[in-house]
Amino acid sequence: MADRIPILRMGDCLLVSVQVEMHDQLALTLQNDLTEKIVAARAKGVLIDISVLEMVDSFIGRMLGNIASMSKVLDAETVVVGMQPAVAITLVELGMELPGIRTALDVESGMELIRELIDGQDPDADDQD
Amino acid sequence: MPTIKTDALPIRSDEDVVRVRQKVRQWATELSFSLVEQTKVVTAASELARNTLVHGGGGEVTLETLAEGTKRKGLRLTFQDRGPGIPNIERAMTEGYTTGDGLGLGLSGARRLSSEFDIHSEVGVGTSVTITRWK
Repeated sequence: MADRIPILRMGDCLLVSVQVEMHDQLALTLQNDLTEKIVAARAKGVLIDISVLEMVDSFIGRMLGNIASMSKVLDAETVVVGMQPAVAITLVELGMELPGIRTALDVESGMELIRELIDGQDPDADDQD
Repeated sequence: MPTIKTDALPIRSDEDVVRVRQKVRQWATELSFSLVEQTKVVTAASELARNTLVHGGGGEVTLETLAEGTKRKGLRLTFQDRGPGIPNIERAMTEGYTTGDGLGLGLSGARRLSSEFDIHSEVGVGTSVTITRWK
């Protein structure tokens, strides 16, 4: 079983695509690797693609929340993309609403959101021009 | 209520927890559970398997496919450990209560994701949690 999820760097962003079944140690390793990499790469944004994940339980949910909080403290924005609808329904019923985690439907809109967050724009505000 | 099929898996490591999820997914698919139903029962199984591993010191899960009449089918999972047991089940079932470093959503969440939920625990003997998800 895989013991590490690769983290790719693209400009000032880090990209993570979870392509394997997430066991608890793997989730913890990713959390640690990401925080180190944010500092080492002076990253401003972290995009985590979970479109392949067929299940997110409270442990994985907590890991995603931790990554979002830690990156915030390290001055980076985290966006989680691609959550499957069945996973989202189950998470809410589980009692886990992932507060503090920004999400987007796919990688493309996730990158746009990160860009807006880094550039200091309020993505919810109406365009002025 | 007749049991159609039964199997058991050990829960002794993180990898075993993943194997439990995969097996539960496979059985739920065979029962033609919808994708949301599958995800709910797999997620509940993941929470309970982790409890068995972390709080019970390991144990096993028994899977059963149930049939009631010709139409109603269900998947029952029983998680058993010989760990320290739970002194106060009511408190353990409270959302947000945790003795570890988790969120305390394991038991309460698994109950919410299941059609039926049953827990027995004896201090010094162990804990058994049974959930059933009907299609």
